[in-house]
Amino acid sequence: MATKPRIKLDKPQAKKGDIVEVKALVQHIMESGQRKGSDGKPIPRKILNKFVCTVNGKEVFSADFEPAISANPYIQFHFRAMESGPVVLTWTDDDGSKIVGEDKITVS
Amino acid sequence: MKLQVNRRQALGVGAGALAVAMGGFSTVAHADKKMADEAIATFSGGKTPVTGKVKLDLPEIAENGNTVPMTVSVDSPMTEQSHVTELLVLAEGNPAPGVIRFHFSPASGVAEASTRIRLAKTQDIVALAKMNDGSVFMATKQVKVTIGGCGG
Repeated sequence: MATKPRIKLDKPQAKKGDIVEVKALVQHIMESGQRKGSDGKPIPRKILNKFVCTVNGKEVFSADFEPAISANPYIQFHFRAMESGPVVLTWTDDDGSKIVGEDKITVS
Repeated sequence: MKLQVNRRQALGVGAGALAVAMGGFSTVAHADKKMADEAIATFSGGKTPVTGKVKLDLPEIAENGNTVPMTVSVDSPMTEQSHVTELLVLAEGNPAPGVIRFHFSPASGVAEASTRIRLAKTQDIVALAKMNDGSVFMATKQVKVTIGGCGG
């Protein structure tokens, strides 16, 4: 079910020290565990609970999601461009599976 | 004229059905102020949060509580000497008060992040920022929710 996350950097080429904005959108139901199904039983919780972004292997930003995050979570954040390398975004599901997306930054 | 009355009746029935549907969700336990206060106390580690520095950007009125755009930012230079380490967002009127927790470091460049959140009803949203020196700042904003995002 995991489709490819959509990731956008506001500047794929940056000067050292520049602030780069990242926007990312991933498809996920983010079932809160609060809803009841047609049989009256609660639908079990299934959300992405952890988001981490690394640039060239170093963590620059992370977030812990709660059920109060909307379905198909959108996240926008920034990092300081210091060196060229892959920008890897990882979302972790309640069941332990991971959704991984990758882009890259070139620092001149 | 007759047509107009019919339309009003139809709307009335529609609103009634909606109220019944919403009533079903109101049986879900909502976080009370106490749970949110406990979360604030745990996060602050005994310090009293000071209002300021944090900017919580949310719409005044959210028509759909299922997806409310939110931007939180903190006025900080984000250097090794002075930066935001953690940012916690709480919704006092949701079934559970926790919304999201952001982790920042000087590598983040600026302490700002956006996402879309669920709000069960009209309520106050609280954002708390922890600095590297341990001080805690906060901001509060009320959002009026027309249709709750409480599981529905």
